[in-house]
Amino acid sequence: MLSISNVETFYGNIQALRGVNVKVNSGEIVSLIGSNGAGKSTLLMTISGVNKAATGEIKFDDKNIESLPPHDIVNLGISQVPEGRRIFSRLSVEDNLRLGASSNDKGKNFDNDVKDVYDLFPVLKDRLSQRGGTLSGGEQQMLAIGRALMAKPTMLLLDEPSLGIAPKLVNQIFAAIKNINKEKKVTIFLVEQNAKKALELADRGYVLVNGNVTLEGTGQDLLKNKDIQAAYLEGGGKK
Amino acid sequence: MEKKFFQTSIKDSLFTGLIALALFGPIVGLRTVAKNEVLEVHPKWFIVLIIVIVCAVGRFLTNLYVYNRDQKTGIQTSIGKSISNFLDTKGYQIALTAIIFSVIFPFLPFTDRYLMDIAIMMLTYIMLGWGLNIVIGLAGLLDLGYVAFYAVGAYSYALFAIHFGWSFWICLPIAGIFAAMFGVLLGFPVLRLRGDYLAIVTLAFGEMIRILLLNWYQLTKGPDGLTGIPRPSFFGLPFKSFPDEGEQTFHTFFGIEYDPMQRIIFLYYLILVLALITNLFTIKIRRLPIGRAWEALREDEIACKSLGVNPRNTKLTAFAIGAMFGGFAGSFFATRQAFISPESFTFIESAIIVAIVVLGGMGSQTGVVLATVFLIGLIEVFRDFESYRMIAFGGAMVLIMIFRPRGILATRKPTITLEKSSSK
Repeated sequence: MLSISNVETFYGNIQALRGVNVKVNSGEIVSLIGSNGAGKSTLLMTISGVNKAATGEIKFDDKNIESLPPHDIVNLGISQVPEGRRIFSRLSVEDNLRLGASSNDKGKNFDNDVKDVYDLFPVLKDRLSQRGGTLSGGEQQMLAIGRALMAKPTMLLLDEPSLGIAPKLVNQIFAAIKNINKEKKVTIFLVEQNAKKALELADRGYVLVNGNVTLEGTGQDLLKNKDIQAAYLEGGGKK
Repeated sequence: MEKKFFQTSIKDSLFTGLIALALFGPIVGLRTVAKNEVLEVHPKWFIVLIIVIVCAVGRFLTNLYVYNRDQKTGIQTSIGKSISNFLDTKGYQIALTAIIFSVIFPFLPFTDRYLMDIAIMMLTYIMLGWGLNIVIGLAGLLDLGYVAFYAVGAYSYALFAIHFGWSFWICLPIAGIFAAMFGVLLGFPVLRLRGDYLAIVTLAFGEMIRILLLNWYQLTKGPDGLTGIPRPSFFGLPFKSFPDEGEQTFHTFFGIEYDPMQRIIFLYYLILVLALITNLFTIKIRRLPIGRAWEALREDEIACKSLGVNPRNTKLTAFAIGAMFGGFAGSFFATRQAFISPESFTFIESAIIVAIVVLGGMGSQTGVVLATVFLIGLIEVFRDFESYRMIAFGGAMVLIMIFRPRGILATRKPTITLEKSSSK
């Protein structure tokens, strides 16, 4: 469904991605793990078109998307939940959700589409008129995911959904991600620092180090891998 | 704790006094006088002393009564608080009262020609403020060259009306469209800029338009300005004291005595309606996808992009629509004055409009009205004391910044308030 080949992305002179190859098949949950500064978020931003790839190819349903502007990519069916949630904190929860539907026929079916979001995250329904910024971290993450779903994507890019959220809510959010994948048939590409959770959930996983993919495999295989356990799980060898 | 606060307040005000001395000492204190072809310095230390004392005492009093927060809750305890509460809770009632008052204003017993002129001027600024509020308050694009669109509207109205003889109601939309086109023209090169850089370019744009008007003599008559701009008519009925043979005018049609006030009252209602249309439009568009996209863009551009909002189109429409209302206000200005020259469109006008929007509380429609009445009213009150007008203007800004740092009517309240640490 999504294939990324030899993608290199720069911030000015600094190279963040050094020829990344990643494949996501339809219906899968794929996790990308890696430490701070490995280039995880850059890869997501490059897929969604906010950052542009200097070289390489990104294909979505056999269509090259690496040179499209972000709003066209959203219209093709790729929605992104950006890192740090990026809720519009001074706008109401409802406005946030409506903005998610910006590309989807300008929100004509808002009332219908929003029901799916309420099913996933009932708490949002009670908070419609509240300002986004007054929600708790977990609720904001739910809003960010709900907002991205309003565009009716076939593929959802999630950037660190567990960042800064209470452990109990993290479980709830990961359950919701699984639900989105299984019930709504949305392909998931997940970027996480919380390697254990991400790999447990994933069908397949990739490990990104300094802008290179160093390991790939099924979620279970990667969980058992000694190097990964040392580097990313159980606070092993490195900090 | 209270005593400690008192001490720091005194220290702080003495320091303020020192800053005032450093600033005003050279600027106000040293006056150069040319005497017998020699430049002499005449010091004026007494005035400097007064200024320094005013600054220090003023700082001390604001420390004591404005910044003196409740140490436990961090809530402000002072006069400022009660004003704040009143304005925050009664915004809607204030707006309604203001509209009713402005509708009956021309027929109130104390209303005379002078007050009407001021009211028309205020309404023009209110309309400009509301127009600019779309760009600054909603879309978050700091535009320091808004007067350019005001000028474009005024000149396109004037040129079309003079050369083609078209009526006000035809020229008004044309002027709006022209201004909107200039809005897009400004918008394109600044798409990638934000914050300070955007402000600098828009400022330059405003000056470019003024200089263009000043130098394109064939079209704009340069510094001489355009004269004989047709006055608006009451749906085809002109306001004239001596109608031509067989001509219907306003007073003959309605069978009343001619009175020059009739035209003034008509102009008043014209700008009132134009301004209210601007306001209504803004209120409505906030509920539409495009208005929501503006506000979202103000909040977070990257989030907007990742949601499929097209930032280019969103910014350009904000510039275009904001400019359009500036253009409408410009045509009204031209038809009211019957004479325009580049002098009416200097940077200070832009600055006043930006000040109105910012001091009103960015994004607040009622705030714009209050700020206009306050600032323009103040300038008018001080008209008789020419040289003190700017002092009053500056003083007003300082007062608003002390008591209402987020604007007279801040629509955005902070989501969290930092508590003042009580461990001192």
